[in-house]
Amino acid sequence: MSHDNSSPDFLQHHFHDVDQQYETAKLGMWAFILTEVLTFGGLFVAYVVYRSWYPEMFVGANLLLDVNKGLLNTIVLITSSLTMVLAVWAIQQKKQKLSLFMLIATFLFAFMFLGIKYLEYSHKFEVGQLPGEYYSYMGPEIAHLNNPHIFFSIYFIMTGLHGLHVAIGMGLIAWLIYATAKGNLHSKYYTPMEMIGIFWHLVDLIWIYLFPLFYLI
Amino acid sequence: MDRLTEYLFPKQVSTFAADIDNLFYFIFYSSIALFAIVVFGMVYLAIKYRFKKGDEVRLTSSKDHSNILESLFFIVPLILVSITFVWGIRSYLKMIIVPDDAIEIKVTGQSWFWTFDYPDGGTTLNELVVPSNQPIKIVLSSKDVLHSFFIPVMRTKMDCLPNRYNVMWFDAQQEGVYDIFCTEYCGTGHSQMGAKVIVMKPAQYEAWVADLGSDDEDIPLDELGAKLYTKKACNTCHTLDGSDLVGPSYLQTSQMWGEERVFDDGTSTIIDDNYIRSSILEPQTKIVAGYQGVMPTYQGLLNDRELDALIAFLKSLKEDSQI
Amino acid sequence: MAENQKQNYLTHPKGIMSWLLTLDHKRIGLMYLFGGIIFFFLGGVLALGMRLELAAPGNDFMSNETYNNVYTLHGAIMIFLFIIPAIPGALGNMLLPLMLGAKDVAFPRLNLASFYIYTLGALFVVYTIIAGGVDTGWTFYTPYSTTSTSNVIPMTMGIFIIGFSSILTGLNFIATIHKMRIPGLTWYKLPLFVWALYGTSLVQITATPVIAITMVLLILERLLGIGIFDPALGGDPVLYQHFFWFYSHPAVYIMILPAFGIISEIIPVHSRKKIWGYKFIAFSTLSIAFIGFLVWGHHMFTSGQSVFSQIVFSFITYFVGIPTGVKIFSWILTMYKGQVSFTPPMLYALSFLFLFTIGGLTGIFLGAVALDIHLHDTYFVVAHFHYVMQGGTIIAFLGGLHHWWPKTMGAMYNQTVASICCLGVFLGFNGTFFPQFLLGLRGMPRRYATYDPQYAELHNYSSFWSGILGLSIFIAIMNLLWSLRKSNKLDPGTNPWGAMTLEWTHTSSPPHPHNFEEEPVLEHGPYDYDKVIVEPTFKK
Repeated sequence: MSHDNSSPDFLQHHFHDVDQQYETAKLGMWAFILTEVLTFGGLFVAYVVYRSWYPEMFVGANLLLDVNKGLLNTIVLITSSLTMVLAVWAIQQKKQKLSLFMLIATFLFAFMFLGIKYLEYSHKFEVGQLPGEYYSYMGPEIAHLNNPHIFFSIYFIMTGLHGLHVAIGMGLIAWLIYATAKGNLHSKYYTPMEMIGIFWHLVDLIWIYLFPLFYLI
Repeated sequence: MDRLTEYLFPKQVSTFAADIDNLFYFIFYSSIALFAIVVFGMVYLAIKYRFKKGDEVRLTSSKDHSNILESLFFIVPLILVSITFVWGIRSYLKMIIVPDDAIEIKVTGQSWFWTFDYPDGGTTLNELVVPSNQPIKIVLSSKDVLHSFFIPVMRTKMDCLPNRYNVMWFDAQQEGVYDIFCTEYCGTGHSQMGAKVIVMKPAQYEAWVADLGSDDEDIPLDELGAKLYTKKACNTCHTLDGSDLVGPSYLQTSQMWGEERVFDDGTSTIIDDNYIRSSILEPQTKIVAGYQGVMPTYQGLLNDRELDALIAFLKSLKEDSQI
Repeated sequence: MAENQKQNYLTHPKGIMSWLLTLDHKRIGLMYLFGGIIFFFLGGVLALGMRLELAAPGNDFMSNETYNNVYTLHGAIMIFLFIIPAIPGALGNMLLPLMLGAKDVAFPRLNLASFYIYTLGALFVVYTIIAGGVDTGWTFYTPYSTTSTSNVIPMTMGIFIIGFSSILTGLNFIATIHKMRIPGLTWYKLPLFVWALYGTSLVQITATPVIAITMVLLILERLLGIGIFDPALGGDPVLYQHFFWFYSHPAVYIMILPAFGIISEIIPVHSRKKIWGYKFIAFSTLSIAFIGFLVWGHHMFTSGQSVFSQIVFSFITYFVGIPTGVKIFSWILTMYKGQVSFTPPMLYALSFLFLFTIGGLTGIFLGAVALDIHLHDTYFVVAHFHYVMQGGTIIAFLGGLHHWWPKTMGAMYNQTVASICCLGVFLGFNGTFFPQFLLGLRGMPRRYATYDPQYAELHNYSSFWSGILGLSIFIAIMNLLWSLRKSNKLDPGTNPWGAMTLEWTHTSSPPHPHNFEEEPVLEHGPYDYDKVIVEPTFKK
């Protein structure tokens, strides 16, 4: 990237030039991503520990999850990642309208993801496959399993935290849509879109780990 | 034991105590040497190069490293900590490898007292009796929260967990009565969760084991109750002088005999033999207003005669206080 | 004096809203300092209350329940509301951009957000106190914390929220250090305080998320009984300990590394001497930060973890000790052929060397597994970590406050009173905590409201000196505040110690609202006392 060193209105007063502002934001974002990875890392450790303690229970309990809905959600989220990349690419290429379209597509995919998640959750609530003390499902296929409530505790905490990230991501994307439509983001200044893009890919990446861990193995 | 050890440590009773104290002394003297170098160097340099009144502010030396000194700072501590590490591990292995001929005693921590189960049946509360010169294997667990079983004179401790067993052992070399503490915070009565370990000569221990559970037949009920009051750890939570600990004082209950007692759910009942009996056996059903319902059940820990004895003892307190 | 030089960040702009909504790192730093001192005071009062109860064996002053609440709040407030936020939040915020020649931190709005998140977390803690306290110990070990009837949820919620503040501050500092330096200020020309903050920030962003998620799991355990930590539901209390210490051991380095940084500034300045072993101190900071992540198991030597883990954790623990030891020697050798002035900051730095060395060496005792089994959860541990946390971090913090006070507040305190207070803190501290080593060796367990009479004499002694310690710190802080009276303003050009880092040489005292009137040009390194003479100036 090259920029002239005049002071455009998006340059904050404490930076020398646009490059420094951009580089700083990027570094900060990556540091934040590291923090996120460690947050989920703690939960992945909990998953591994309990899986090694109750291997049969985990194998048995994951059959209660709906693989089709999980797979569909995986496809939805990967596609949304693609549209996010395209939105950033489009704005670099000065294609404001295309970028806006792609952002809206990303937003809708995210909404769809949460919708499918809602269907899954509501089914689990109905049959009593709930975390911890509220677990009440006693179907024959899991009757022989030890402590299935722990599986659902970890399932709800991890997918719930991930869902929260999707929701936050939707809020951020909505703001991007607004800012792009208003023309505040353009080919010379699209740092927020790129940063939120990085965040969105992380959300996608985490799901790519969650899906096989809970639904497949 | 030399005088310094006597000053610093509790008695050395277990077989490995002296070894651990020696490890302490090794680190202690090494530390004193290093500390002396630090303090002497600091004071010496600070005073020698102090800025005196009338001195001129000038450029100072550019010396900022010395390969010899720096390698010394690395190598000397490295050697010392290597010795410490190896010694620490070797002694530790001695502390965890239980000899084959050990007697196994089961220790259960519970808020806030200790139960000891002996190999030939028989149970004591807050009083661990062991023979001297005999390895004792302690198998630890907890009925509620975490506790930790610490015998300072043996130099050993281990946490008691509710979902698995931990093991420790010791071999006491000296007869006597020594402290046991709980060292993992376990709530209100944590600081009162002490016990005693009584180390006896093996012959004495045999006699004690044979006698375990069969005594107390002949003494009067209230005297037996007074014994049980400490033996069964009632004293952890209930005083005899009217002051509050975790639970209501026995004296207060005794003085209120025949009167109404109010519970935290608003109900009340008259204090009588049956009330006392049920509040020992089913303490969670009725909780006296103003107290926490934390007492464990004594079902199985007291027989009928012992229950009668405690009730008799409690009633007798009122008369004693009137004299 | 030119009119614009009189303008400084304290007086410009004016008005309460200009403070509450400020994006200026210096003002945010001051607000952190204000919050930190309030909680320091509160934690200190609780500590004195505990010492009063422990002066004699029985329940003379507090019941067991009260004592348990008091010690829990003392620990949690001191750690989460004072020590962890105080140095990075107050001194770090205040000085970092100045030392880099920058106009502000990388993300000023995020910086203000961190402060308000900290405030919100603090409100939760205050709510906990008003609602009747919490009695689990600051470690919140399960299953006690999942069954206790006290206010565990608001307290852990507060810690969870404060964690975010810590993460955002760390993230901000990392971006600032990487990207906001003036041209020519290369990594090896940075003041060592900056290196220390860098190491601290790395630990903050990598360890804090783990405590955050642990606190969430603990809250969910209480609310939903998820069965992760509660053994009654198939969970494991030892797993909780692993999670907790995976954060809380590195947190020790969040607390001590900035203190190392302050000492690395004070000693060369007040010895007017180039620092000994610059690169070593810089890299040992990073290596300590890294190794600090691998030793958490040494908090669990009696928990029944496997023999193999015991050996590995003991082994790695010693590798934190060695770089720390070399640092101490470097600080001492810095004085060699210098011009040492016994100013209040220097006295605090020398006290730090004395006390922290004891704290560090006693750590070696606890790292030896066999010996730790005797000493674990006794007063030996209490004494050890107070020598590190208070004798180390808080003494360095007080030294730093005295060192930068004329710079940031434009006022000089009474130096004689400050020096006497430093002596009082030093004696009071040793009198309070040294007897606790003996108590621990003799087997006195920690977190006891009452104790066996055999320990009474040493406890009594400890309690007596704690009064002197508390009083000395109180007077020291009052002495600082008293210097702020109107008639005591310093000349803006004041550099009383003859320091040569950018915050002293290129801006006024107190600094300009935008830090520097024009961007500074680097003329020399931070400790080039062998090349440049900077005369101490001290005018009213």
